[in-house]
Amino acid sequence: MTVTKADVPVTTASNEPAGESEPAGSARSERLSALIQQHGALAVLVIVSLVASFSFDSFATGDNVSNMATSSAFLAIVALGMTFVIITGGIDLSVGSLFALGGVLAAWGSRHGTLVALLLPLLVCGLIGVVNGLLVAKSRLAPFIVTLAAMLGARGLLLAVTDEGADTFLIGKGSVLAELGQGTTLGLGNPVWITLALFVAGAVVLRRTRFGQHVYAVGGNEDAAALMGAPVARTKILVYTLSGLLAGLAGALNAAWLASGVTILGNGMELEAISAVVIGGTLLTGGLGYVSGSLVGVLLLKVIQNVINQIGSLDSSYQQVVSGAFLAVVVIAQTWLGRRRQLM
Amino acid sequence: MAEATLRTAPLDRTRVLQWLQTYGVYAGVAALLVVNIAITPHFLSAENFRTQAVQVAPVIIVALGMALVIGTEGVDLSVGAVMALAASVTALYLGYGLLPALLVVALFAAAVGLANGALVALVGVQPIVATLALMVGGRGIALVLLPQLKDLRNPSLASLGSGDIAGVPYLILIAAVLALLVAFVVRRTTFGRQLLAIGDSRPAAQLAGLPVRRVLILVYIASALLAAVAGVLATARLQASDPTSLGNLMELSAITAVVVGGTPLTGGRVNIAGTVAGAVLIQLLTATLIKHDLPPSWTQIAQAIVIVAAVYAARGRGKR
Repeated sequence: MTVTKADVPVTTASNEPAGESEPAGSARSERLSALIQQHGALAVLVIVSLVASFSFDSFATGDNVSNMATSSAFLAIVALGMTFVIITGGIDLSVGSLFALGGVLAAWGSRHGTLVALLLPLLVCGLIGVVNGLLVAKSRLAPFIVTLAAMLGARGLLLAVTDEGADTFLIGKGSVLAELGQGTTLGLGNPVWITLALFVAGAVVLRRTRFGQHVYAVGGNEDAAALMGAPVARTKILVYTLSGLLAGLAGALNAAWLASGVTILGNGMELEAISAVVIGGTLLTGGLGYVSGSLVGVLLLKVIQNVINQIGSLDSSYQQVVSGAFLAVVVIAQTWLGRRRQLM
Repeated sequence: MAEATLRTAPLDRTRVLQWLQTYGVYAGVAALLVVNIAITPHFLSAENFRTQAVQVAPVIIVALGMALVIGTEGVDLSVGAVMALAASVTALYLGYGLLPALLVVALFAAAVGLANGALVALVGVQPIVATLALMVGGRGIALVLLPQLKDLRNPSLASLGSGDIAGVPYLILIAAVLALLVAFVVRRTTFGRQLLAIGDSRPAAQLAGLPVRRVLILVYIASALLAAVAGVLATARLQASDPTSLGNLMELSAITAVVVGGTPLTGGRVNIAGTVAGAVLIQLLTATLIKHDLPPSWTQIAQAIVIVAAVYAARGRGKR
């Protein structure tokens, strides 16, 4: 934000005459900027998918699409929570650890019944989310550093639960939990349907409820939101709690899908989730963002990964190079688009 | 008189927090040293001190660059990836001799730093995202260049990693020299002043006519170069290039060292001595827990608590 302010004197000089002489044109280009910002990732996703389905026979097959959808589901659930946090202007680095912790707790709890297996990860990860939220909202510590500490702490907790990573808990075949993760409905895996339901709910909450409006208000301008009477602290605590809950749920579902609580999962997942959210058009400065964009961002990352696997001759490390380059391009484009919109 | 006594209570609390923020890290290091000397067998030996110092040297070097970046109210997440990149490039060009290989490493690192700096300074991307792109992409490039661990048998590289002058390993000497150099730059040069001014308020620095963009780009280049030095030294010590795992989570260790050392994340102030002490504190903490056979999970939880405590003490200081 400071950046844009600092650059205003330089850039307005060249833009002002154009803005004054053709106001209609500037309104149109503002709409165009907004359109690219919101739907740019979707356009790229469609193009990449079309090119891939023409180039590789095995891309647009039912099996491949269903696999991609299932493997996207877990990241998408994490990215959903991250979207809320980022719209408030915060960030949650603990989700990768919470994802792994959720999986291990679900697998451990599955020996005591499905209810325990589902509730335990939600309870623990939700609580860590509450602590994150309290430290950010009440003690006013930087979200970056608070959730970084939570990332380490949750990983430590995970190691403590699994005897320093030596124990792997399994989820029995045929249990309700296993069915939830591995079963399919109408050709798509159950996790995919759960993810879709969560995204619909997330979009409704963000767009149609008072809490959703508070999330945008806090991210747009915290002081203004407080002056208008929005419960800033409560909103922040709730978004970090939500992010923790969703990361734990995603981990539990993933464990159900894999039939075990794998301890080494979730490393770097926070970065993937942040990338997906940013690619989807949500601004890291807060105040502007779309739940649907994050879903598109996740799909785009997974499609790129799939395409690189399809090419086969390319090593999987190219995927990191492409993801990084793609993220850089998106961020540059967004910064330019965002600046244009603010200037006009 | 009554007023004065009334005001002492809140004032004392601020003073305690201030003292903790400035000297807490040294007190922590001293306390850990005393505890270890008292209860850890074989702690007070030159050999042990050398081992600990050699282990912490790369973290210190990376943290120096991180401190500069954080001083400008930024953050550099790509340092771990740069270490991996340095390891790959060293392995690829070592055939031409150590010095040419180091030059190519410096070139790669400078390019990464330039890219980070350009994104932050010219395009105006937030540092955390700008460097995230290269954190992901940089390790990818390192792995494309060198897909797996490779043993390096080069006498000059080996002596860089394990040689010493009068019993003091090169690694420690290099870390010490770099720390003094960075401290000098921050305290005594125009560049250092400009860096802190930008961290204090970038718009104000711009209005004052400071070369904001150039300074920012140079800071990110410096951070990448320091990370590359750490990467080369770690590779020399291992006598193997390991782009898969070298530097993993290094960005977190470096940020922790800087923050624990009393440098606020809000920019405008840099504490180099504190940063070095911060890295040493985390190292001692880990070593203490390991030597008493406490599991790694404790180390991570302890580290998390230290980080939160450090930022809590730093709360409210510096600018809002």
